[in-house]
Amino acid sequence: MPTTRRQFLTLAGSVTVIPIVTPRPVEATPAMLNTAIRNIVGEAPIRTGKVKLDIPPLVENGNTVPMTVSVASPMTADDYVKSIHVFNEKNPQPNIGHFYLSPSSGRAQISTRIRLADTQKVVAIARLSDGSFWQVAADIVVTLAACTEEVN
Amino acid sequence: MAALINVPAKAKRGDIIEIRTLTSHIMETGFRHTVDGALVPRDIITSFTCRYNGTEIFRADLFPAIAANPYLSFFTVARESGKFEFEWIGDNGYSSTASASITVE
Repeated sequence: MPTTRRQFLTLAGSVTVIPIVTPRPVEATPAMLNTAIRNIVGEAPIRTGKVKLDIPPLVENGNTVPMTVSVASPMTADDYVKSIHVFNEKNPQPNIGHFYLSPSSGRAQISTRIRLADTQKVVAIARLSDGSFWQVAADIVVTLAACTEEVN
Repeated sequence: MAALINVPAKAKRGDIIEIRTLTSHIMETGFRHTVDGALVPRDIITSFTCRYNGTEIFRADLFPAIAANPYLSFFTVARESGKFEFEWIGDNGYSSTASASITVE
């Protein structure tokens, strides 16, 4: 059956409806979060506990969010926290920071200020000297997002 | 570049002391655009190191998700009198240092 002009136009019209695919994702996805975590942890199991993440549950300004991560550890030469890794779920990229400690740290606790581009989950993971990994996650509601504003 | 360092001037041997540092830096994420759509290139501090009498006691890798003027606080055991040296390294060859002294009794 030859294509009529009307059929052709209907087809052509439907083609233009295909959404324009953005070349780069505007935010990290939970899959990117997982990949970033696996880059650090490898295939090792991650247990929940030991790590404490102090961060406000409701944030008015995502440009500067105070955050403290502490790990329950005696910090002795044979039982200490080697590193603390913090990740996010929905910023343009999933890493926030890696912090390397040693037995001479005395206390496994770090504080910094971070940016959050959206209401999302923040994950903190600790690597202990025995090779085990421990994590904690916190959900944060952000009213004013970071990173998205234009530069004047 | 200006940096604010907070280290106790005196401590008892074996005390766990808190070290707080703040340095001025824009920490441009590389994800922002100008009004006419041009991408603002990334300009961040990527690495921070603290040495205590020459020995590294704390190191951090930083990402664009760290807020402007990076603040870091961490702990160490006061072992001996001496000097803490701080170093920030970043994009476009950025480097800055600071130091603080401590007396341990």
